[in-house]
Amino acid sequence: MSWKNGAFLALDKVSLNFGGLLAVSDFDFILRQGELVGLIGPNGAGKTTVFNIITGQYEPVRGRVFFKGQDITGWRPDRVTCAGIARTFQNMRLFGGLTVLDNVLVSRHSKLKSSVLAAAFNFPGYIKEEREAKIKAMGLLDRLGLADLAHMRAGNLPYGQQRRVEIARALAADPKVLLLDEPAAGMNPEETIRLMEFISGVRNEFGLTIFLIEHDMKLVMGICERIHVIDYGISIAEGTPKEIQDDPKVISAYLGEEACDYS
Amino acid sequence: MSDKSRKTFLMIIFLCVLFILVWVSDKFLDEYTMRVIRTGLIYIIAAISYNLINGIAGQFSLGPNGFMALGGYMVALLMLPLEQKKFVWFLKPLIWPFNSFSFTKAFFPLAIFFGGMAGALGALVVGFPTLRLRGDYLAIATFGFSQIIIVLANNLISVTNGALGIKGVPEYANIYWCLAWAIITVLFTTNLANSSYGRAMKSIRDDEIAAESMGISIFKHKLLAFVVSGFFAGVSGGLMTSLITTISPSLFSFTMTFNLLIIIVLGGLGSITGSVITAFAFAILSELLRFVESPINLGPIYIPGIAGMRMLVFSFLLVVLMIFYRRGIFGEKELSWDWVLSRFGSKNHQGVKVCPGKTEHF
Repeated sequence: MSWKNGAFLALDKVSLNFGGLLAVSDFDFILRQGELVGLIGPNGAGKTTVFNIITGQYEPVRGRVFFKGQDITGWRPDRVTCAGIARTFQNMRLFGGLTVLDNVLVSRHSKLKSSVLAAAFNFPGYIKEEREAKIKAMGLLDRLGLADLAHMRAGNLPYGQQRRVEIARALAADPKVLLLDEPAAGMNPEETIRLMEFISGVRNEFGLTIFLIEHDMKLVMGICERIHVIDYGISIAEGTPKEIQDDPKVISAYLGEEACDYS
Repeated sequence: MSDKSRKTFLMIIFLCVLFILVWVSDKFLDEYTMRVIRTGLIYIIAAISYNLINGIAGQFSLGPNGFMALGGYMVALLMLPLEQKKFVWFLKPLIWPFNSFSFTKAFFPLAIFFGGMAGALGALVVGFPTLRLRGDYLAIATFGFSQIIIVLANNLISVTNGALGIKGVPEYANIYWCLAWAIITVLFTTNLANSSYGRAMKSIRDDEIAAESMGISIFKHKLLAFVVSGFFAGVSGGLMTSLITTISPSLFSFTMTFNLLIIIVLGGLGSITGSVITAFAFAILSELLRFVESPINLGPIYIPGIAGMRMLVFSFLLVVLMIFYRRGIFGEKELSWDWVLSRFGSKNHQGVKVCPGKTEHF
């Protein structure tokens, strides 16, 4: 792994195909600790597939996934999450029937030490753990400005707030790396700006490494330190926002061969 | 008094009142009515166990009659007196170790516990390969399992005495045991459902992929729900066997699962209090509706007695309810002290407040 010095999360020549469709091909990627990196690309380029490979929803046909130097290829999603990689979903997947607080508490469940019987018989050890989890979850909601919503049914919240709850739920799993799949999807420009501030704030507050997929160029260019561009499952460019903006390959992927003055 | 201690206090009073009520009815009501009440209590146990897997963990199982049969046969084998065992198994001798001992009356609760363990073990064995399946596939696999149990019960003559069944199981399932097990089931399941494990199960019900991504081991929690559900199904099967003193493969046929399905859907998937009320109502209604199966003379129209007409009434009820109350009488909600207090109790109490980590109240 010498070529990936300082890598926190690394994909090493990862490939995955669905039948004849090559979703991701020889995808190389590194994420250093503390970075905020964006993954962009046209629709169907394989962005979400990359996320699914990292979190274990899909197992790559070839290539390895490393996290903190450990090979996590083929791990079950729950194990990957416990190792420290949490995610949000493009088409939000909140537990609609549960309250916001319960949604966040679900992420704390894997940290629970008490047995089922201790929980069902309300042993003091379990009650203490449950109380601590609740305090922690409420603290988290409070820091994210969601405390007022704690007892609302998650499914009844407006769209923008559901997005925040989803991020809160991912954060409750105490991740080192946070994967955000199109956090600004469906938001208006004003909401997007607020979200940008929210993400930067979360990152500083929790000392996170963030990898995000986004369509909204303004958001990506505004907060990402490094951007990775993927098209047809192949990594076509990588660099700072400025470099990416001027990269002819990126311009042609997004706007076709002719248009060259995108900025 | 704090909110919590007030609820504990109310709970204790409620249990005392319940006990006195049962004691009084045991003294003054006739044998037939008491039997209906006992059946109702056993249905409560079975319905709650089924609701845990179907309503709370969201896994559509069609196998509770199989788990009930396991518990029923276990209790029959443990409790049947030795001389009765020699008398029952005349086709083939009963296998060891059941032919060498039988429990005395004092060990009846232990026998019920073992019945529950038989159900739990069955759930573990079935759950292991099938819980990787989802939705319809799980339903088909568990349905197949319950059919296997019935076929085995018909053919493993040296254990189950085949289609002849086992007769003469002592009737120890009196009202107090039925009530005690029903209370244990309600309290255990409610606590489990409101605990962190219950939250994990509900998260799997709401969105399996998201639950997995939040660090919940899907398989482990499905299996957990399945095994706990199997345990209480076994308990209810054991009590049922002891109540009617005989067991045969037809007692726990698929109709039992169907009845339970009606109960939990009517009561509301995921609502424990809903299951309690509908299960009890179901047992009583089954008796009250006996008249529809007898010949009816309506002036010029004569309807001959048709067996199974009661089920038609329940099916009709189910259809009506699905049209008007798609989520059952209680939906996912629970009847709670908060609601009761807001209705009848002190005016300063906030009845609609939702407690953190608890299910929604009325």
